[in-house]
Amino acid sequence: MEKKTGILSKIYLGLILFFFYLPILYVVFFSFNSSKSLSKFTGFSLKWYESMFANSSIMEAIGYTVACAVIATIVSTIVGTITAIGLSKSSKVLRETVNQVNNLPMLNPEIVTAIGLMLFYTSLRIKTGFWTMVMAHIAFCIPYVMLSVLPRLRRLDPNIAEAALDLGCTPLQAMFKVIIPQIKEGIIAGALVAFSMSFDDFVISMFTTGPGVANISIYVYGSVKRINPTVNALSALIVYVVTIILIIVNVVPMIQEKRRNKNNVLKENV
Amino acid sequence: MKNFSKLTYPYVIWMTVMIIIPMLMIVLYAFTVQGNSVLTLQFTLGNFARFFADRIFPSVLWRSLKVAVITTVICIAIGYPAAFVMAKLKANSAAMMVLLITLPMWINMLVRTYAWRGILTRFSLPPEIAVYIGMVYNFLPFMILQIYTALSKIDPSLLIAAHDLGANDRETFLRVTLPLSLSGVVSGITLVFLPAVSSFFIPKLLGGGSYILIGNLIEEYFVSTGDWNFGAAISLIMAIIILISMYITRKLDRETKEDD
Repeated sequence: MEKKTGILSKIYLGLILFFFYLPILYVVFFSFNSSKSLSKFTGFSLKWYESMFANSSIMEAIGYTVACAVIATIVSTIVGTITAIGLSKSSKVLRETVNQVNNLPMLNPEIVTAIGLMLFYTSLRIKTGFWTMVMAHIAFCIPYVMLSVLPRLRRLDPNIAEAALDLGCTPLQAMFKVIIPQIKEGIIAGALVAFSMSFDDFVISMFTTGPGVANISIYVYGSVKRINPTVNALSALIVYVVTIILIIVNVVPMIQEKRRNKNNVLKENV
Repeated sequence: MKNFSKLTYPYVIWMTVMIIIPMLMIVLYAFTVQGNSVLTLQFTLGNFARFFADRIFPSVLWRSLKVAVITTVICIAIGYPAAFVMAKLKANSAAMMVLLITLPMWINMLVRTYAWRGILTRFSLPPEIAVYIGMVYNFLPFMILQIYTALSKIDPSLLIAAHDLGANDRETFLRVTLPLSLSGVVSGITLVFLPAVSSFFIPKLLGGGSYILIGNLIEEYFVSTGDWNFGAAISLIMAIIILISMYITRKLDRETKEDD
């Protein structure tokens, strides 16, 4: 196949990328504005960053977001992995049932999942707050963890675990020494998805949290009624953190690979 | 090995409590009268009758569907050519494009939507246009990536074969590339249409409160009005409509596959 792309196609892709990055760059740019305006840049200033770090509800929101994402990721990764391993050895009926139920929060609109949980909590008279939000996050993260672990398990040779048991492993040892190392990549991918789902969640958090407990999304949503440039600084902060993490995640393996290639070339030449 | 099966039991209990029961709660609330307790459940169809008899509610539902369909069409119209061009790039550049498209998706959707406010207020666009821009902005990456994945899986030798057998570029595209990429378009539609119908913070943040969709109605009845039974009925109506449209989409997908 011809692998040539015309200048027009490149311009087209460029325009699309421009569209994707425009608002992000805009909000970062105006987070350094010295006035409240979102359309006129009156001068460079860090005052919105200062007021962000001095704002206790923003700092609390960041704390709640991180704490919730960390707990939800750890719990959902462990439960999701264990359940997926169990499912791979279960009857077809059980496997299909669990998959169908797991599909519900993934296919349902978020707002439906959210109000379901809210009605559930209030019917049981559970006081909503940080922990009800964490429980909800765990509930919608587990299906995604299982979704990324199950395909790996399917590719696994069932005889290997059997062999481990025959050779005297306890089931627990077989799990940790034989099964888990082979599905490690799926587990890590699932944990990453769970973390980002939880970190970014707005709809489900808003309906399952209680008074006084807001994560970053809820805070931003609640503060847009009036012009509040501190939110620009907060948005910009998220952009910086995400960019740094993504650069590390994407560039470090690239450098490692280059180094490996170089080593290989050196070895071949020697 | 039977031991391992027991590992699923805790989760079966968990998912019953945290997934199945909440769904049943919505159904229960939708079919009951407001303010009843567990002992005096009063079933009714009144919530649904109220929705469809109203002057405003059905039109909001209709508007949400319209916005979702138009958003999906725009995403296909912009996304297909983009994915098509990407599939023709060299492997490295294509991977770079995928990375560049994925990067913004890692930033919180609400924050990215908020970020548009500055630009949109500057041009004082009508709220309807602002909502469309926000929707396309949030959902276009899904469409591009899905179509790109389908296109990049097409075996290049098929295209060469088509040319060798005398098809010109247009014919090759219409009879080979397009049918083989339809599965990507269908999964793209699922990923765009579904969240677009139920979205409520995009219209709220960008439409300035004057452009209301079904998601805003649900939020309104749960957060402000406190009429949860009616809110549950609206959610149920929306969920059913979405299920039907998903079913039709999948059926179409299967039919196009059978045609091959």
